[in-house]
Amino acid sequence: MGVSSKLGNLGIVTTTVEQAVNHARVGAMWPLLFGLACCAIEYMSSQASSYDLSRFGMELNRATPRQADLLIVSGRLTRKMAPVVRQLYDQMAEPKWVISMGDCASCGGVYNNYAIVQGVDEIIPVDVYVAGCPPRPEQLLHGILTLHEKVKGERIADWA
Amino acid sequence: MAVAEQTQSIEEQRSWEGSLDQLRGLVSERAITGETMLLNMGPHHPSTHGVLRLLLELDGEQIVSCLPDIGFLHTGIEKSLEDKSYEKALPLTDRMDYLSPMSNNMAYAAAVEKLLDLDVPERGQIIRVVCLELARCASHLVWLGTHAIDMGAMSVLLYAFRERERILGMFEMLSGQRMMSSYIRPGGVWRDVPDDFLPTIKQFLDDFPYKVDDYEALLTKNPIWKDRAQGVGVIEPDVALAYGMTGPALRGSGVNWDLRKAQPYCGYETYDFNVPLGEHGDVYDRYLIRIHEFRESMKILNQAVSRLETVKGPYRSQNHKYCPPLRSELGQSMEAVIHHFKLWTYGYDAPDEEIYSAIESPRGEIGCYIHGTGGNKPRRVHFKTPSFIHISALPVVAKGYLLADMVAIIGSVDIVLGDCDR
Amino acid sequence: MEFPAARDPVSALRDVFGEALLHVKEFRGETTIVVDAERTAEVLDFLRVTSGLVYNMLSDVSAVDYFPNDYGDAFDGEESDFRPERFGVSYHILSMLYNRRLRVKAFAAAEDPRLPTATVVWPAANWLEREIADMMGIVFEGHADQRRLLMPEDWYGHPHRRDYPLGKETVAFSFNVDEIHQHKPFARD
Ligand code: SF4
Repeated sequence: MGVSSKLGNLGIVTTTVEQAVNHARVGAMWPLLFGLACCAIEYMSSQASSYDLSRFGMELNRATPRQADLLIVSGRLTRKMAPVVRQLYDQMAEPKWVISMGDCASCGGVYNNYAIVQGVDEIIPVDVYVAGCPPRPEQLLHGILTLHEKVKGERIADWA
Repeated sequence: MAVAEQTQSIEEQRSWEGSLDQLRGLVSERAITGETMLLNMGPHHPSTHGVLRLLLELDGEQIVSCLPDIGFLHTGIEKSLEDKSYEKALPLTDRMDYLSPMSNNMAYAAAVEKLLDLDVPERGQIIRVVCLELARCASHLVWLGTHAIDMGAMSVLLYAFRERERILGMFEMLSGQRMMSSYIRPGGVWRDVPDDFLPTIKQFLDDFPYKVDDYEALLTKNPIWKDRAQGVGVIEPDVALAYGMTGPALRGSGVNWDLRKAQPYCGYETYDFNVPLGEHGDVYDRYLIRIHEFRESMKILNQAVSRLETVKGPYRSQNHKYCPPLRSELGQSMEAVIHHFKLWTYGYDAPDEEIYSAIESPRGEIGCYIHGTGGNKPRRVHFKTPSFIHISALPVVAKGYLLADMVAIIGSVDIVLGDCDR
Repeated sequence: MEFPAARDPVSALRDVFGEALLHVKEFRGETTIVVDAERTAEVLDFLRVTSGLVYNMLSDVSAVDYFPNDYGDAFDGEESDFRPERFGVSYHILSMLYNRRLRVKAFAAAEDPRLPTATVVWPAANWLEREIADMMGIVFEGHADQRRLLMPEDWYGHPHRRDYPLGKETVAFSFNVDEIHQHKPFARD
């Protein structure tokens, strides 16, 4: 730290805007309180005592999409539900990210039939896919950390 | 685009949501004229336990009528089952009632066994009872946590999930999967319990009653909890019967009907346990019943675990036309290889007949109707699921209560939307 | 409390309904009674209120589709072969008092399948029948609410019929991957 070594410890840290903003975004990425099916139960497990998502600044689940940064699509998405999810996604304020949790959300999973959308990426863009049926909470945590890495790497030019 | 045109095109896009005219006859006339308010609750709502949509007609705070709209999780499981052989269809049944997958496995397995007239050895039955009761505890724990959080008691969820993790750990020990275990199969269970299972479950059985005391300490005498739960969501016994409700929702109204007692399966008749009953049929009674069911499950589990230590023998049927032989036999017996190959490629034929069998899941009677074709795939599988029935009765139960009571009622009949929509 | 002794549902029905009772079948201890489609509601009501029977609860209503050709003239006296029409609708009813179950079955024609509703007997039949109307396309006459239950309002067809395709998505290979990705606009981001 060039400045502090010359002037003594003034408590100044230099960084770039990118890093500061990304740090803030990663540190408090509030998910939308939203569950679809079985995966949502594992999502609840990761929120609860043993896995404790609040370690990553995610203990606050916002029930309204306007205040949420992260949409975790946890479960199978049916054709009847698809418009609703798309609307929720549209209502979320930028910047927003999407994790597709579970096989069903990622590719349709075991349900290759008339009722299920074969992967949420048919309707909304997805940042991180988490495989598993259901994914263990550890897998979800890994997915979230992967997303954090991705967000940390974003440039001003990407923000648009 | 002019604003008018824009709104019109949005209107067109949304025509699937239905217009007010379509509601004529379903809500009261006062709603159409605008005297009462129509409020849409869900499908994305934290307290509907999934993707249930309710259209509520409100007079001030009071619920005048309630129109549930389901199908947001309709997965086509029944149709998919028609495309699979009987054994391979099993994993799909896990995913219906995802809070107690073991009960679904059991309902399906019991139905297939009845269709094939297949026997299950005693040790298999005991392991099944252990699994079913553990599943009941796990399911009730989720119910307890979410129900409490709906009513404003945040901390119960954290305690409840702590114990649930231990049960899931045991399921993982048995089957390799935490939730979707597919462990109970037609003819018995997938494999024998591992060696370290017994010490783990004994430890759990020692601790768990004290944990239940903890939950009770948090809620049972809590004045806020009592205020919100007592006298709310009363279900009269005759209403419950007319709507076909089962499980704690029926027993809360004082009707003594538990399939484990009335039409025993898996040897439940040989266990000593009680069926807790309510008096008033309100939210509070249903809460108490489930708390007592924890204790009754503990009783059954204690008996079952001690039997597990003494009863040895096969854990799945020895009829190798329907149940695979042990892997260790494959190296020695040609017949075993043939059975194995046949089972995992073609499956087995079932008669062209229909059967219905029902078991008691944590939520109530879950029935399975199977109609065979004479071939290796069913013609039709239909599940009668408790949540479906209970949601269909919501309009009668909720009528006249306040909007804030709605979440209490939804929580107390314990619905799972995957179970409802299938 | 004294209860009247249990009566045999088949003979009781024969006494009252006679001709409307088309067929009786036993399989694995389950009794199936096939009745005239027109009179299902009457039969169910009779079974519910008559003393000695009291089937007081409706467990399930399920429909089965005998498409493509397992129905019609195939009846040659064998038990399971009684399938006069394409759709069969089974009412599984339960008597809590005598602790027994019974299946009452009615058949509906392939063209314009219709049955009288049982909602007048049990309100529980409301959604169970709506589900069948939605998934099998059987119209229940007199049912108060004819909207779809599970599928979206604008859905075409009745998914649980045997002639409705399962709707599988094709597996992606390198030769057809572009085609499949066409309806996944976001998949490649
Ligand atoms: S991936 Fe598996 S656990 Fe998750 S929603 Fe789909 S079926 Fe359920």
